Amino acid sequence: MNGVPLTWYLILSAVLFSLGIAGFLFRKNIITVFMSIELMLNAVNLTFVAFSFQLKQVNGHLFAFFVMVVAAAEAAVGLAIILTVFKNLSTLNIDEVNSMKN
Amino acid sequence: MDVILFLIFAIIAVVCGINVVVQTHPISSALSLIGVMGSLAVLYLLLGAEFIAMAQIIVYAGAIMVLFIFVIMLLNAGAEAKRGRSLMAQLLGMPLLVAFLALVSYFIQRLYPSTTLVQFGAFKGGTAQNVGRALFTQYLLPFEVTSVLILIAILGAIVLARKELE
Repeated sequence: MNGVPLTWYLILSAVLFSLGIAGFLFRKNIITVFMSIELMLNAVNLTFVAFSFQLKQVNGHLFAFFVMVVAAAEAAVGLAIILTVFKNLSTLNIDEVNSMKN
Repeated sequence: MDVILFLIFAIIAVVCGINVVVQTHPISSALSLIGVMGSLAVLYLLLGAEFIAMAQIIVYAGAIMVLFIFVIMLLNAGAEAKRGRSLMAQLLGMPLLVAFLALVSYFIQRLYPSTTLVQFGAFKGGTAQNVGRALFTQYLLPFEVTSVLILIAILGAIVLARKELE
């Protein structure tokens, strides 16, 4: 066989996305939860680039590029929020950040 | 050759992805995430996306992960306690996650029967020239909006991380 079926790329992307969801659901450290979101964004990027290959168009690459830009902005703001949370509550455990609950 | 390269880097990506989820120390998770991003960059190259592969290395593995590791070291984050999230999340989350993955894989198999073979060099439209041309003609407005978004993000980060809110 000369070449990889496109479905393999898509299934790899689905597996990485599911791992991101698992990290998001099961982890308690706020930084690890944030990294799981980055993992999900990466999985989506792989899907964009794979479909760009199938359609022989460059548009998918641009969407992946914009996702990267948004991820960079999100990382900057998110890490600032994490810093603020740690400064105010002295914890990184998301189960203890519940001041809006009461 | 394509199959071998794909399998090697797909396995690296999945193993590092599992490592991101199961490691208790944030630094180990961050280093595993860099492994995922590096192997994804190689997969982008196999798909003919040269520019995106380089941007992946520079922006993700370079800038964003350095920011993550910087914050982890700044906060001196240690390993988290072993106890997981609530029992409900564990009991319900895992089967639902497996069901989600199975369903998505099933739909992918049904919708895209393996007719398209990904061969290295079959698509040459992902060079910096092509991406730049599309970015500054067809996608000019989203590109400009992106600059505003980055500006807002910088301002937001500065305001949030300021010393004290009086």
